[in-house]
Amino acid sequence: MVSLNFYLVLSAILFAIGTIGVLTRRNAIVIFMCVELMLNAVNLTFIAFSKYLGNLDGQIFVFFVMTVAAAEAAVGLALMIAYFKNRESIDVEDMNLMKW
Amino acid sequence: METLFFLIVAAIAVICSLMVVTNKNPINSALSLIMTFFCLATLYVMLEAPFMAAIQVIVYAGAIMVLIVFVIMLLNIKSEAGRRTSHALFMGISVGLLLLVQTWYLLVKSSLSSVRGTVDSAMISKVGHTELIGKSLFTDFLLPFEITSILLLVAIVGAVVLSKKKL
Repeated sequence: MVSLNFYLVLSAILFAIGTIGVLTRRNAIVIFMCVELMLNAVNLTFIAFSKYLGNLDGQIFVFFVMTVAAAEAAVGLALMIAYFKNRESIDVEDMNLMKW
Repeated sequence: METLFFLIVAAIAVICSLMVVTNKNPINSALSLIMTFFCLATLYVMLEAPFMAAIQVIVYAGAIMVLIVFVIMLLNIKSEAGRRTSHALFMGISVGLLLLVQTWYLLVKSSLSSVRGTVDSAMISKVGHTELIGKSLFTDFLLPFEITSILLLVAIVGAVVLSKKKL
């Protein structure tokens, strides 16, 4: 049986890669995909703990995280399309209307 | 044997997620992300959560990623013109690595101390994973489940309002 630490280390690596993507990319859709990657890393942690603690509550939580991700995808992509219609770009460097 | 299989799947997942971050073309990033999701679904099967693996493939790799690929093609996004400035790149990568060190430290210094539940592999193979999840979802977690439906309703309304012609 694979040890719990293997899963946690993999999850930490995926989360860190997702963070780096969010902070270094300029394309809003790629940033969005990196956020999904971070959510999935957390889901892996939940399911690994759920297995090793013999409790299903973590998997119920993963279920809710997936629902939130779906809702986020719908609203976020609608926002991006609305922004693209106005500015012809989804580069986050162009989004400076509220910059101080 | 199982550890070897885990290492192979984990390596593919990490490589594909690196490709999500480094690819210039958003479509390639999306395809790499789908591959990562499939690797995670494999890991869920290894963790005796077949229902979660199915949802991962259907909802994430199916629905959400199709939506993202659809929007990428609809907006006809070209490959990114330029990257961020080098100090933004440096700061982003160092924050990511700091996060990794932090989680590593937490993992090394902490120990798992919690009450063990009653669910084990014998019970999962006897009762069935989906049935266990369903029972838990409709008894202990009924209120969060209902609130989730409101969340989805709000998301639908939000998406419709945002895609109006005159915003």
